[in-house]
Amino acid sequence: MAEYSAFSLLKNALTGNKDWKPAWRKPDPKASYDVIVIGGGGHGLSTAYYLAKEHGITNVAVLEKGWLGSGNVGRNTTAVRSNYLLPQNTRFYEHSMKLWENLSHDLNYNVMFSQRGCLNLAHTPGQLDDYARRGNAMRHLGVDADLMSVDQIKRLVPALDISGSARFPILGGLMQRRAGSARHDAVAWGYARGADRRGVDIIENCEVTGFLRDGGRITGVSTTRGEIRAKKVALAVAGSTGRVMQLAGISHMPIESHVLQAFVSESLKPIIDTILTFGMGHFYISQSDKGGLVYGGDLDGYNSYAQRGSLPIVDEVMSEMLALFPGLARVRMLRSWGGLCDMTMDGSPIITTGPLPGMYLNCGWCYGGFKATPASGWCFAHTIAKDEPHEFNAPFTLDRFYRGLVIDDKGQGATPRLH
Amino acid sequence: MLITCPYCGPRDVIEFTYQGDGNRERPQPASQNLDAWNAYVYDRLNPAGDHNEIWQHSGGCRAHLRVVRNTLTHEIRSTTFARGGHKAEGRS
Repeated sequence: MAEYSAFSLLKNALTGNKDWKPAWRKPDPKASYDVIVIGGGGHGLSTAYYLAKEHGITNVAVLEKGWLGSGNVGRNTTAVRSNYLLPQNTRFYEHSMKLWENLSHDLNYNVMFSQRGCLNLAHTPGQLDDYARRGNAMRHLGVDADLMSVDQIKRLVPALDISGSARFPILGGLMQRRAGSARHDAVAWGYARGADRRGVDIIENCEVTGFLRDGGRITGVSTTRGEIRAKKVALAVAGSTGRVMQLAGISHMPIESHVLQAFVSESLKPIIDTILTFGMGHFYISQSDKGGLVYGGDLDGYNSYAQRGSLPIVDEVMSEMLALFPGLARVRMLRSWGGLCDMTMDGSPIITTGPLPGMYLNCGWCYGGFKATPASGWCFAHTIAKDEPHEFNAPFTLDRFYRGLVIDDKGQGATPRLH
Repeated sequence: MLITCPYCGPRDVIEFTYQGDGNRERPQPASQNLDAWNAYVYDRLNPAGDHNEIWQHSGGCRAHLRVVRNTLTHEIRSTTFARGGHKAEGRS
């Protein structure tokens, strides 16, 4: 397996980079496994990695219908943060943050995690009060949060229009300094290599077409590469959750699939060295290490499996960017794309046993799944190995909606497009 | 994406407000059937393909519309008034 170190980089540079080994094998599926993880994205791969590393379960297959990392793990805007209001979310995402802080060492793979901070801008006194409340809730649970004044924000991001005559004047902001961004492809590849090295079979181009049952129990899957049996079948298919659950005979879920667009501009010299969010709409922006501005906004707002968006949101996102940074008016957009978001009815995820015997479910990441990648896999692996949730994911059940235990951080109710 | 309002004709999607899955059945207001209420509030069909959904022409005539739209291609198959389900005469 490919190992990376200063020595191996130098050695391979001197020999023309001809001797690198593939980072993971391309095995054919075996007839049976202890655990099958459906979905070779960030969450499926990290689940397999932690199953092997933390629980010693290595007879595991990860089934991916396309190529590894072709879904949302390569389609997000790479923000990592744990600045939530409700304690269930804060504890879970803070656990994720702690895993992020050691991830490159843990995987021996540079995921380029850069803790450059995440600043939520406030534009009304009421919003600033609300941010102070959220910041206090975070600090109460041991998460860092600072309320920033306009002068501090001006020093941090000089390009922002902080004048009183801006369309939405900035009155302050809530900063989480430990937040940051990471290189999303490296996260997928690092987890894949780490899982593969511990014996996990990563099987690409293998689409699940149905479930095998013994009575009511799920005992495996039928795929485009044949039937594969397993004691436990775990789903980590994000935006395709509805489709895969329908294969298992479950027609309704508390989930809608929506499309979220993201954008990259041409490369610029360093101008934004944090992650900024706009408080009078839905807009966030950061700058990649290559110099491109990476930004996005709201969902398109209607059910979609198309992985592409429509023009009204493009127009809205650009307008919001110019409201904050009038000086970027002539920057050219390089690329835009869309990803499928599995929006739940309360904006929080689902990591649970069931709902069928032999099945385990990880879904409902809305548009915040990337930052959850380490903790999602860590908690899901625990849930699969022990047949019960870890305390970090115990609140994220599927039946919470029907028992009055929703975790609605934004207080939007059961309207998924608003979360 | 253009939605053809039965009153107003083809209009840009920004004039409309999405109101979600049109397959849900609202229980009678006096109903105490918790399962039925839970299903109405939280459960969605979420198909990859033709989806029966409710839109309001909030930036136009404000009529509520029942739209059948393909969630894979965004192609709109039909648009009718939500109430009564009858197809409007006139423009299409």
